[in-house]
Amino acid sequence: MTDILQIGGRELTSRLFLGTGKFASNKIIPEVVAASGCQVVTVALRRVDLDYAEENIANHIPQSCVLMPNTSGARNAEEAVRIARLARASGCGNWVKIEVISDNRYLLPDNYETIKATEILAAEGFVVLPYMSPDLMAAKRLAEAGAAAVMPLGSPIGSNRGIKTKELVRILIEEIPLPIIVDAGIGRPSEAAEAMEMGAAAALVNTAVATAHDPVAMGRAFGLAVQAGRTAYLSGPGAVRQYAAASSPLTGFLHD
Amino acid sequence: MKVLLNGKEIEVADGITIAGLIEQKTLNADTIVVEHNLAIIRKEEWSGVVLSPADKLEIVAFVGGG
Repeated sequence: MTDILQIGGRELTSRLFLGTGKFASNKIIPEVVAASGCQVVTVALRRVDLDYAEENIANHIPQSCVLMPNTSGARNAEEAVRIARLARASGCGNWVKIEVISDNRYLLPDNYETIKATEILAAEGFVVLPYMSPDLMAAKRLAEAGAAAVMPLGSPIGSNRGIKTKELVRILIEEIPLPIIVDAGIGRPSEAAEAMEMGAAAALVNTAVATAHDPVAMGRAFGLAVQAGRTAYLSGPGAVRQYAAASSPLTGFLHD
Repeated sequence: MKVLLNGKEIEVADGITIAGLIEQKTLNADTIVVEHNLAIIRKEEWSGVVLSPADKLEIVAFVGGG
């Protein structure tokens, strides 16, 4: 029986979502997507450079992938809504990652504005995946507002610091009846596996892949790690004990 | 006449349409989205929208992002 993640009417078999920022060259992205097996890819929306004709990033993303524009750049709900509508007008689909940030040092998201944007965009038929700071009440409001999933950060964007918010993310996984997708700060495949072992529905990774010396190989590693972590979660891991419990029998010793 | 395009003031011919401006700037019609005075204008409508002085245009497209 295949383990499927259902979001926004799509059935995903990969629980690794990939960001497309910071790649030394966008040409490598199709190889990374293939190596990682990811099926959901994020992009950002920006003013076109009128002086320099750049090849559009969508050309480097396989048609079979779900394109998820983020609302990066938005500092409040109104700006996020505007970006989301512009993104949808491109014909890329109706998924949107809400990203509302006005903290420039840690890039921590504004949960309050994110909730407001989620309400508006969910009502307009978007499949809303809000990026948020793991707070249980905020997650509940996001669920009430119509989010299709909740995406709590592991640690600051681009920091590669891993899942510093582990205890709070664990609570979200336990309490919120929506897919919980750890997004931001995952720096190593082992950390993506850790998220999956906790019961996260998926992991979103960008910097750790894009800035690796070999992004294709790192993409492959992350794909494997997410699979391993998910399989481990579904396998029902054994108890964690304080004291030892022998693995070999305590009878039939070669001594008295 | 002057209009604002992506935050910068530019000079355009009177009576130019959005379609005309896009062609003039040699932009890829398939990858851009156009906002005219905060309203999203679909590609099919570009040739029907004539610009007025002080109009605000945003022409956006997808780039890499997380």
